[in-house]
Amino acid sequence: MRWMWIDRIIDFEEGRRLSAIKNVSLAEEHLHDHFPADEHSDAQPVMPASLMIEGMAQTAGILVGTLNRFREKVILAKIVSAKIDTDVTPGQTIRYDAELESNHAAGAATNGIVSRWVFNSDSTPGEWERIGEINLLFSHIDQNFSGLDFPKENFVFSDNFKMILRAAGLDRLAD
Amino acid sequence: MPTTAMTREDIFKNVQEVLEEALGADPEDITPSATLTGDLEAESIDFLDIVFRLEKKFSTPAKPFKISQGELFPENLMENPAWVSNGKFTDAGMDMLRKRMPHVNFSEFEKDRSVNKVSEVFTVDAIVSFVERKLNS
Repeated sequence: MRWMWIDRIIDFEEGRRLSAIKNVSLAEEHLHDHFPADEHSDAQPVMPASLMIEGMAQTAGILVGTLNRFREKVILAKIVSAKIDTDVTPGQTIRYDAELESNHAAGAATNGIVSRWVFNSDSTPGEWERIGEINLLFSHIDQNFSGLDFPKENFVFSDNFKMILRAAGLDRLAD
Repeated sequence: MPTTAMTREDIFKNVQEVLEEALGADPEDITPSATLTGDLEAESIDFLDIVFRLEKKFSTPAKPFKISQGELFPENLMENPAWVSNGKFTDAGMDMLRKRMPHVNFSEFEKDRSVNKVSEVFTVDAIVSFVERKLNS
């Protein structure tokens, strides 16, 4: 399941917001290069912030996709702002809460909060800790770039996305 | 924010903030005559960002400020062959531009009429005029 940077949709309010989680695992190869050991320090596997932006883009992109039953090709067009204050390491879970800010025929804007699950050292339950914000702008590409031809099939919301939608019981929202 | 009694100067200050946030431009560069794509280096997707931010900035609970697609930045300006000849807008083309963009001052563009310079009509002042007309309508 390459290039899926969310594991599961955990909350959804139609037309308003969608939340997803990603479990960060030491088995993910990219963590071995980010950052490897060198002569000065041990390896420090840290989830790259750029991939957290992708995770938020997938979360918010599904939210935007639901607005038109996934008929539109929803493409990330602009990272309006992105701020991640704290590292996420293997064994932790990232939570993406995306909220619709604006929606137009040509595209949509979303605001997003990034959190991580923090385990308590005692046996009490852990809690979500807010670690950043990612605000994005999406384009409905068939409504833009007039003159350019795109394939008819929706290459954005592929089978990988459908699997995630099915797992959350949201495939009813697609045609 | 109350928009009923906004002066042109108030509108300009708010537009300046919108462009500062959307384009990361320096406030001193956002002058009335600055062009969006030239002086402020806006790209096509920034236009949608600007539209969203203007809507948010000038909406009130009593009066939403909603911009329809193509209202501020019209598209397909060359789709009719009668509008363009030898890379320049014809009289019919200029009439169409004026009709679709009443917020734009075409006096400078009128002298040249080149299609590849049409993006220069989108100045900061044109956005201020657009907002002013819309708030007063």
